[in-house]
Amino acid sequence: MRNPISKKIAAIEPSGIRKFFDIVSEMSDAISLGVGEPDFDTPWNVREEGIYSLEKGRTFYTSNSGLKELRIEICKYLDRKYDLHYDPIEETLVTVGGSEAIDAAFRAMIDPGDEVLIPQPSYVSYIPCAVLADAVPVVINLQEKNNFKLTKEELLESITKKTKILVLSFPNNPTGAIMDKDELAELVPIIIEHDLIVISDEIYSELTYKGEHTSIASFPGMKERTIVINGFSKAFAMTGWRLGYAVGPSEIINQMTKIHQFAIMCAPTNSQFAAIEALKNCDEDVSKMVEAYNQRRRYLLNAFKEMGIECFEPHGAFYVFPSIKKFGMTSEEFATKLLQEEKLAVVPGTAFGDSGEGFLRISYAYSLENLKTGLERIRRFVERLENN
Amino acid sequence: MREKILNMLEKNSRIDLKDMAVMLGTTEVEVANAMADMEKEHIICGYHTLINWDKTNEEKVTALIEVKVTPQRGLGFDSIAERIYNYDEITAVYLMSGGFDFTVIIEGKTMKSVAQFVSGKLSPLESVLSTSTHFVLKKYKDHGTVLEAPNKDERILVTP
Repeated sequence: MRNPISKKIAAIEPSGIRKFFDIVSEMSDAISLGVGEPDFDTPWNVREEGIYSLEKGRTFYTSNSGLKELRIEICKYLDRKYDLHYDPIEETLVTVGGSEAIDAAFRAMIDPGDEVLIPQPSYVSYIPCAVLADAVPVVINLQEKNNFKLTKEELLESITKKTKILVLSFPNNPTGAIMDKDELAELVPIIIEHDLIVISDEIYSELTYKGEHTSIASFPGMKERTIVINGFSKAFAMTGWRLGYAVGPSEIINQMTKIHQFAIMCAPTNSQFAAIEALKNCDEDVSKMVEAYNQRRRYLLNAFKEMGIECFEPHGAFYVFPSIKKFGMTSEEFATKLLQEEKLAVVPGTAFGDSGEGFLRISYAYSLENLKTGLERIRRFVERLENN
Repeated sequence: MREKILNMLEKNSRIDLKDMAVMLGTTEVEVANAMADMEKEHIICGYHTLINWDKTNEEKVTALIEVKVTPQRGLGFDSIAERIYNYDEITAVYLMSGGFDFTVIIEGKTMKSVAQFVSGKLSPLESVLSTSTHFVLKKYKDHGTVLEAPNKDERILVTP
């Protein structure tokens, strides 16, 4: 029989830590500080709207771009929160999670051979999606000494004549790093001078603990060259609803809508109705969640300090990214051993790129009780390592 | 800071002082002082425990009584409220807007004892015009907490 698999897809490496994930999935009695989604339930008023939309029989397709009312609310929200001004009709696309928007953005803009700059450690989708779009991914390895922010020097060094797109993902998964207004301002002239387009994945924009989030699209000259990707999963604890969006210049959004139209048709209708409620009436729920995350963040940082484990202070998302370099093990070895000996699952930093080597991603999307249990296991584990 | 301390204590009054200080990004002394001040000012009125008595062998009956009264000249509702809330069986008294004046929550060992309290003590009070007693059949949620054990974490153990 002929080989049924395309060379392109076969060449994409499965996640480097697949082996680790396989071990985790077999351990039914393990506890975890490894999830990448909120521990909160979706606020009830939002769930209620989803249920109501089903009761009313709203089980039809929406327009490809998404419900008009939802797009209007998205644009109002971006205006209110981040001073971003987009047209709901021409510049907004509702997608199946932020992930679909990432995929569509690459496919809408890439010609074979175009280079895409991907700072790492970062979310696992960017490279595979870029490769599927026939781009050449160029990794920028972010440094702990810069608190995992992208510096203008790092950016300049990586730009070639073929560079077309820069991916920015701040607040960052897995490091928790943010880039504030001044830090982004350093990059803007370089981006404009080299005529780059930015895909800015701002899915964690609500979860910052030091000042408000700034979108790179809010800088003069950036709106026309930025696709902002955001969604409902992290801010409103709506991961399973699979709903995100992209806003950007109409010429790009129109092409992304074409891809979305043929591949997806439209985002889930009841999720869209629920999301309208989330944008309209959840500010207080969100700020409560943010305060809870912030408290846990401080708790974890302090716990690692007490254990003598080095950890830079993250100001976004719901992860801390402590360094385990001093134990002389790779991230995967450390995580595997921790899992086997203490039945605690955390994610090795290398899941998010080679520059994650020597780090662990610990999530604080857990109750204080669960964090305490998990930390106690890490403490025991580390003590044993240090005494051997 | 005070509001944040209160929000934490309201959910968990047994929270460790040190944990609180760390989580709020301040010192234990500061938290302890703020709590002491708020105790003095009666902002913090106690550190009670939320108990699901239905799960114990202890028999308890809770009733909500709507009470209509005639306010007394010069004293308004406060003195009547005081005459009601001084009874130990009464766990809460609220002055209400709308169709009646007080919501009185009472806990007793049996329905009979609650009935006797209403007919023997509450109704005969001079200013009480009428009462309407509603017995609680089941408590689902109290003080912001669902009493049944919370749902278990169904998230996949590790996700990127």
